[in-house]
Amino acid sequence: MSDTVEQTLAKVDETYRSESRHVLATLIRLLYDFDLAEEALHEAFAAAVEQWPRDGIPANPRTWLVSAGRFKAIDVIRRRARYDASLGELAKNMETTTSETIDEDHESVEDDRLRLIFTCCHPALSPETQVPMTLREVCNLTTEEIARAFLTRPATIAQRIVRAKAKIRDARIPYEVPPPSGLQARLDNVLRVVYLVFNEGYSASSGASLTRADLSGEAIRLGRLLLELLPEPEVLGLLALMLLQESRRAARTSPDGDLILLEQQDRSLWNHAQITEGITLVERALLSRRFGPYTIQAAIAAVHAEALDAGKTDWAQIVGLYDVLIRTDPSPIIELNRAVAVGMRDGPPAGLILIENILKRGDLDNYHLAHSARAELCRRVGKIEDARVSYKRALTLAQQEPERRFLERRLAELSDPMS
Amino acid sequence: MKYICLVYVEEKILNALPKPERKLLSDESMAYCERLQKVGQLLAASPLHPIETATTVRNRDGKASTTDGPFAETKEQLGGFLMIDVRDLNDAIRIASNFPAARIGSIEVRPLKEMGCAD
Repeated sequence: MSDTVEQTLAKVDETYRSESRHVLATLIRLLYDFDLAEEALHEAFAAAVEQWPRDGIPANPRTWLVSAGRFKAIDVIRRRARYDASLGELAKNMETTTSETIDEDHESVEDDRLRLIFTCCHPALSPETQVPMTLREVCNLTTEEIARAFLTRPATIAQRIVRAKAKIRDARIPYEVPPPSGLQARLDNVLRVVYLVFNEGYSASSGASLTRADLSGEAIRLGRLLLELLPEPEVLGLLALMLLQESRRAARTSPDGDLILLEQQDRSLWNHAQITEGITLVERALLSRRFGPYTIQAAIAAVHAEALDAGKTDWAQIVGLYDVLIRTDPSPIIELNRAVAVGMRDGPPAGLILIENILKRGDLDNYHLAHSARAELCRRVGKIEDARVSYKRALTLAQQEPERRFLERRLAELSDPMS
Repeated sequence: MKYICLVYVEEKILNALPKPERKLLSDESMAYCERLQKVGQLLAASPLHPIETATTVRNRDGKASTTDGPFAETKEQLGGFLMIDVRDLNDAIRIASNFPAARIGSIEVRPLKEMGCAD
């Protein structure tokens, strides 16, 4: 094989990596059929492998691939039409449609990527389907990769994706970016899916920790893509939040996989590039004055990130931000976090009163972090027996191994005050 | 694209509504359907008599059987339907979500299979 052929084939590979999702997104719009679009995409690349070494690399590879994919799809439809007469008309229509439907301008092609995201995250699909659909179609993860990350079988993921595609087709879920009137609610759902992917990757779990870190990376990539396509304040806020949380990854577990609390983390291990980027994004979001819960949570994370050591944390500002967050997005978990921050600002007894009030209401009775937070504050005010009871309760509720080891360690320290 | 919107409402809740309020709900629903019909989006719509009037029919091995009551006993009962013809699911969802009964019950939106049931 000559050098130039090899170079051209390397270019096809590179184009696949950088363009295949763009081409797919546009083909889905043109064909309105996910499976046909995927088939057409692969045939278009097969044609590129054959033709580019001979004819040279086209001036605009993306347009070439979309056009080739479209013709391949027409072939497929024509073949099927031999068995189904109703398709004959469709194939003819598609042929006579000139290439003007294949918009070459950048903006419209970018819109196709956004259409794809909004379709994969459509609320008419079940939440457990929106996540794999987005990872498969938007991020190009294989079903095996998705299954590994979610600790489930590839067949289960594949089945969910097949069902989702069937519903998109049969119930006619439109391939569009929602109009301004409905955009906010639909965007909230997209952001929820992205954050769900991130959290799957971020929550410390022992065995599969490697693949799970990849998931956080995918979520951040999705966040960047969304920001590029739709620079709304909450998109800025979510990306900032993910970057600021991700910046602590290296510091939040010990080499043995044990959990290290924010207070005890070695802050020199934090990723400062991610922190700088996160803080810049939060500031932009706050300036918009149209921000929501993701931005406020990111602002809280930014206050932590700005403290060079835990003792220098501006707890007054954090409590203030939790007050704002409770007003926009009230939840008992946020109340709990605020109570902990109050405990840091005004001393453990003040925090303890708030936490005990929340627990008395029963809202968080099954939430292990509520009990471990009470235990921690009890320990600090010297109520050792109360601390023991709460740590034990937290231990019965905690699911993840590193969290359980952390609680066991704390319990052991209570019995042996010298350690 | 045709969709049927199956309107499920807890009959208990409906029956507990004060008369003027129930009349308001009914008037509002009729006006809503009229508007849909004018723009050509409504094919048919009707409220249904309560489930006590329902009869469920089966035919097994050539033998027809009839039982009193609805097909499935559920917390919310099928109380009416709208058959609409719109562009896509988003339009159908919008129409269903603005139907007055959506405020007290739930609406199941199902696309119609227009190529026959074997397709």
